[in-house]
Amino acid sequence: MDHFPTSWGRPRNEAIDAFNTYPLHQRPGHAPKTDTFTDGVQRTQQPIVTGTSILAFHYKDGIIMAADTLASYGSLARFKTIQRLHPVGARTVVGASGDMSDFQYLQNQLDQLTIDEFTENDGHDLGPAEIHEYLSRVMYGRRSKMNPLWNAILVGGKKDNGERFLAYVDLLGTTYSAATIATGYGAHIAIPLLRSAVEGRENEITEEQAREIMTTCMRVLFYRDARSLDKFQIATVTDAGVNISEPIKLETSWNFAENIRGYGAQTQ
Amino acid sequence: MASPSVYNGSGFDFSNVTRNSFLEGRGLPLPKATSTGTTIVGCVYRDGIVLGADTRATEGPIVADKNCEKIHYIADNIRCCGAGTAADTEFTTALIASNMEMHALSTGRKPRVVTAMTMLKQMLFRYQGHIGAALVLGGVDATGPQLFTIHPHGSTDKLPYVTMGSGSLAAMAVFESGWKPDMSREEALALVAAAISAGIFNDLGSGSNVDACVITATQTDFLRGFVKPNERVEKERRYVFKRGTTAWKKEEIKNLVVSETVVGHGEQMDVS
Amino acid sequence: MPDGSFAQQPQQRQFNPYTENGGTILAIAGADFTVIAGDTRQSEGYSIQTRYAPKVFRLTDRAVLAVNGFAADGNMFVKKVKQRLEWYRHAHAKDMPLRAIARLIQTMLYAQRFFPYYVYNILGGIEEDGSGAVYSFDPVGSYEREACRAAGAAQALVQPFLDNQIYFKNQMAAAGQSHPLHLPLSDVLAIVIDSFTSATERHIEVGDGLEMYVVLAKGRSSQGLDGLRGAQEISTTNDGDRVFVIRRELKKD
Repeated sequence: MDHFPTSWGRPRNEAIDAFNTYPLHQRPGHAPKTDTFTDGVQRTQQPIVTGTSILAFHYKDGIIMAADTLASYGSLARFKTIQRLHPVGARTVVGASGDMSDFQYLQNQLDQLTIDEFTENDGHDLGPAEIHEYLSRVMYGRRSKMNPLWNAILVGGKKDNGERFLAYVDLLGTTYSAATIATGYGAHIAIPLLRSAVEGRENEITEEQAREIMTTCMRVLFYRDARSLDKFQIATVTDAGVNISEPIKLETSWNFAENIRGYGAQTQ
Repeated sequence: MASPSVYNGSGFDFSNVTRNSFLEGRGLPLPKATSTGTTIVGCVYRDGIVLGADTRATEGPIVADKNCEKIHYIADNIRCCGAGTAADTEFTTALIASNMEMHALSTGRKPRVVTAMTMLKQMLFRYQGHIGAALVLGGVDATGPQLFTIHPHGSTDKLPYVTMGSGSLAAMAVFESGWKPDMSREEALALVAAAISAGIFNDLGSGSNVDACVITATQTDFLRGFVKPNERVEKERRYVFKRGTTAWKKEEIKNLVVSETVVGHGEQMDVS
Repeated sequence: MPDGSFAQQPQQRQFNPYTENGGTILAIAGADFTVIAGDTRQSEGYSIQTRYAPKVFRLTDRAVLAVNGFAADGNMFVKKVKQRLEWYRHAHAKDMPLRAIARLIQTMLYAQRFFPYYVYNILGGIEEDGSGAVYSFDPVGSYEREACRAAGAAQALVQPFLDNQIYFKNQMAAAGQSHPLHLPLSDVLAIVIDSFTSATERHIEVGDGLEMYVVLAKGRSSQGLDGLRGAQEISTTNDGDRVFVIRRELKKD
């Protein structure tokens, strides 16, 4: 079953693909563009070892973010203990889906940036807004060189004035912020749940409730996203700083399958 | 007497296929079909089946119909939600509804959901996905509550809760976190409404109202406009054009009153 | 395949540096004011990324810029325009006049002629003579001063409506009357709101919220803006042209 939403119903451009039978990267929006210069331009990469969704939202004390610990190699569950949440400075956490080597490069850059900022010793440090601005410039700059970093990244934390901050940036340099954000399949599967659970209640949800909501969403993602894992980590950023949990194992239930026989007319 | 070449067989007419593929090759785009964009769902509960659908139909990014009906009649105890190409879902369900009626009359029994499911999958498989109908079929028959999804290529699924259409992921997320076995009618209806609402508010292909249909062993309740969370707001201004503001180039007045005299001839028909 | 061949087409994938993020913007010039508006939904494909991402930005107390198309390009472009205006302020100790900003935007867009900002710009504000003005641009810098313009996803829905209601196209004046040259602010705001509620009904990428900026010429009465629901003044001085922002909700489906 093809779960990608644009694969259902009337395609967005049936002049090209009347029944949405193309793979995702071949859809009209991503279609190859050729011109006089095509041969002279360097070929751009494709993601190789990838991480799936990142989830994050506002709650009473700050920002909560979650990611499973899987790094896939195509359809192979290749690395099962990869951490995809990365603390930056004292009050920022960065989570990434997409290409893991590009993310590790960014982790390196961010760590170096933090060190440079620290050695300045000027009484300033980088908060989530600054980290997001930096990342969005890097990502937009790389897309403009036609050599993107193949990620969708969430940046969350507390600003120096105590406000919560949560924003998104992806390989195109597209940015936005909202009270609930998710990347990848999370944007299709977890966001509907998060919006109805969180929006309008950002200042009421306790950390315990936030973890409960997050666990529910990670469980649904594990049920429905074939590139996900039942092991995940939760990061929180509060006034107390960044906390990234040890990997948590999801409890799942498959009881519903007991009574199903076949897929059609079968009864036994 | 008609010559044999004028004869039209039943079913689809393929006589324009060669011409159209030639025109397509020359870069002429095919006309757009109306799609039902869509979130459609079904779920099993204690006493039967609840089906749900949103009511938005789209043509690309344009809303073609703000309140269309996506829950189609198959038989008194069977309904079918359609996603995909609107015409395909309407004709396919109407055809199967007719065939089910014929089948019921010839067997003298209440029709079964598996029968409709088999007819639909065999038809869709025969057309190799060219009939763009993605369906959620549900009903209650002699074997109890039955719920299926049927994909455009003819494959089927049998599950206690199913979703289809562009909002299928949003709706499935609600089911995966909220469905439990042996729900009451109220619980099942609320869950279906929440699943459709997730599609309406989070998927651009779905919108407007929630339609629902509850099927039990004894009756079928179609709840058209079960929830209406998107009523159109009142406009700030009235856009009525004053008399005389439309330009015209010529005036012509025709007398539409015709008087005629009927003259009888021959023998009067016997109407006694 | 129409010719009966089932051979695989040679597959090649290349990075596409553009996407479209939906939404619609419009601007209408009055005699001594301009209204610049945009919805606040940002989407990609069939997903709503956020229900609040501003597309309309105050540049100076007399100029407001609306950007629509590829959001990353739009944000970067606004950032660069603001930077150039700040440099101008430092060099000349005053804000750049509206028509100069329009020409600046043209040169900035055309500089990217062979890797364009995929953005439709509408600049609105008050000219030095105190008149309301709207400038609209294509992605590579062709521009024109107009009385009104819609752009973005629902341009095809909104522009004909504005042509009819602002330019009175296909509409004769009632007997013994003539069309007004400029509409009052209250009428313009009503037309803007109706444009967006209508576009929300019939275009899937338009909705969530509406932001309307009103630029008022220096010394003019606030024309009822002060008491208006959701209106807020964001001018930096009291003695020049004034900028207001009005926020409204739109349907979220």
